[in-house]
Amino acid sequence: MASERKSIFSRGVGVLTVKNGIILVLLLAAFGIVQILRWLGWIYGPIDDALAWICIYVVLAVSLNLITGFTGQFSLGHAGFMAIGAYTAAIIVGRYQTFPSVLVGLAAGGILAMIVGILIGVPTLRLKGDYLAIATLGMAEIIRVIAMNLTITGGASGLFSNGHMVTWPMLFLVMVITVVVISNFIRSARGRACIAIREDEIAAESMGINSTKYKVMAFAIGAFFGGVGGALYSSYFYVTKPVTFSFMMSVNILVIVVFGGLGSISGSVISAVVISAITQYLISANALNVFGLFSIEFSRVNQIIYALLLVAIMLFRPKGLMGTMEIGDLFKRIGRRKERVQ
Amino acid sequence: MERFLQQIVNGVSLGSIYALIALGYTMVYGIIKLINFAHGDVLMIGAFVSFAVTTFTRLGFIPALLISMVTCMCLGVIIERVAYKPLRNSSRIAVLITAIGVSLLLEYTLMYFVGAQTRSFRQGVLPATIYNIGGVRISVQQIIIILLSLVLMMLLQFIVRKTKQGKAMRAVSFDKEAAQLMGINVDRTISFTFLLGSALAGAAGVMVGIYYNSIDPLMGMMPGLKAFVAAVFGGIGNIPGAMVGGLSIGVIETLVAGYGASLYRDAAVFAILILVLILKPSGLMGKGGGSKV
Repeated sequence: MASERKSIFSRGVGVLTVKNGIILVLLLAAFGIVQILRWLGWIYGPIDDALAWICIYVVLAVSLNLITGFTGQFSLGHAGFMAIGAYTAAIIVGRYQTFPSVLVGLAAGGILAMIVGILIGVPTLRLKGDYLAIATLGMAEIIRVIAMNLTITGGASGLFSNGHMVTWPMLFLVMVITVVVISNFIRSARGRACIAIREDEIAAESMGINSTKYKVMAFAIGAFFGGVGGALYSSYFYVTKPVTFSFMMSVNILVIVVFGGLGSISGSVISAVVISAITQYLISANALNVFGLFSIEFSRVNQIIYALLLVAIMLFRPKGLMGTMEIGDLFKRIGRRKERVQ
Repeated sequence: MERFLQQIVNGVSLGSIYALIALGYTMVYGIIKLINFAHGDVLMIGAFVSFAVTTFTRLGFIPALLISMVTCMCLGVIIERVAYKPLRNSSRIAVLITAIGVSLLLEYTLMYFVGAQTRSFRQGVLPATIYNIGGVRISVQQIIIILLSLVLMMLLQFIVRKTKQGKAMRAVSFDKEAAQLMGINVDRTISFTFLLGSALAGAAGVMVGIYYNSIDPLMGMMPGLKAFVAAVFGGIGNIPGAMVGGLSIGVIETLVAGYGASLYRDAAVFAILILVLILKPSGLMGKGGGSKV
């Protein structure tokens, strides 16, 4: 475009742009507010758990979005990667309950999930659409059944460790690192190749993109962070059971991604926050009294509400909250509208 | 040898249930390319309807079966009209999420009303006689399951191959636009497909209830997933393929369970699925079509 000019957001040198500065300030503010509320004693049990779920679901949703939203490879098996990470971390942290072992657990969980992701991805990523979804679903089920039958994973009753080994600052930091790494990957040449594959695989191949290589790459990175999310889960909630990693967990993660918008990182973050806040509220609140007329027992209807919301969202906004846009694009759009008015 | 034959008999009766469910999946997938996750829950509703009919009235097995089939037919058509039809032109992932939503809705709405506990059918709905043929035990229930599924499959083949509505179904699944140009009412044909599939699911629900002698609101999930595996195994969108796939998955599962690895029976089914997908993605009887540019 001829009239294109550099917006104030991209002014600056290298990494030190105005935009990155704003993001940093916002992140610090979010972290600071939670810390202040904690000192004031406003954050306790259930809210603490809700915050942990938000961080874990952001990690899981953003990593699945890389596979399904950006590369267009429909995966229904993210709970499998999560399970691998969770069990690896639980076993390591269960043996040596120190802070470094948590870090080792997170890394090992991610790497092991990535290795499994590559092993599964190389043969199955040749499959298209629904076939891939079913193959990944099968993989996750196999992982769960194996976890249920091995002694090292504690069988059906699972593994227990004592105490929160991961705390809020750690959860927040890992979440931020995940989002930064994945959004930078998407803006790299490799990430562009992934998006090209999503748009049209045949056209991308004829432009010289090795589609298998990039699909496996996206799958491996997604699996790595899926494993990290699982490791966070098991180190925070100290219980690691096979039931947690059932098909429903994969569905929960996929729902967050689709609700936020396939191919929108900020959409995934927003929807992870909204959905985990709502579900945690429905779980912790006992009943809602509607104008003193009748009361709804949430523990009995929360799944029904969730299902109804799901169908309603898909019927009225099938492309999700953000579509493929990011938060930044919204500001640009508002700016453009102002220009037009002037 | 007797043990092997016994496992085969058990496998065939379980497999014919899977085949009935798989037919619903494969027909719906063939026509609108949707993995209908709510199919397993239509089956569950069928089981509960027949449970209610046999418990609260003195009606026998056959009327209960027919009532469940009719209820499921209506349910299937309503689900299609309300939840899937408005999304005909949206992305496939949106329809899939809707299907998962409908599935959760059916499960937890029923759980809200009847609770999560398991129930079992009244004694004497079917005679409990067990025949012993050369050391192989076969129960009346198994015989009825196998015969009934055979009859239903032949009926389905007749409808799909010989009637006008069946011809329309095949045409729509072959090429939707061309079928529309030929004056076929696509929406009605899709509804008809859901009607047929859900009726079979209703019958299968009754059989699952009899086979395991326990029903609960989440009972549809596992048979549903395995039947979908069976449909893919046989070649999705292919009706004889679904029958063959269902029988094979049933036999494989009981063989794995019967020879000491019963804890791994679900894993074995999914491992076979992944192998089939890698070696022959179009399934046993599917036609492998290369993608056109």
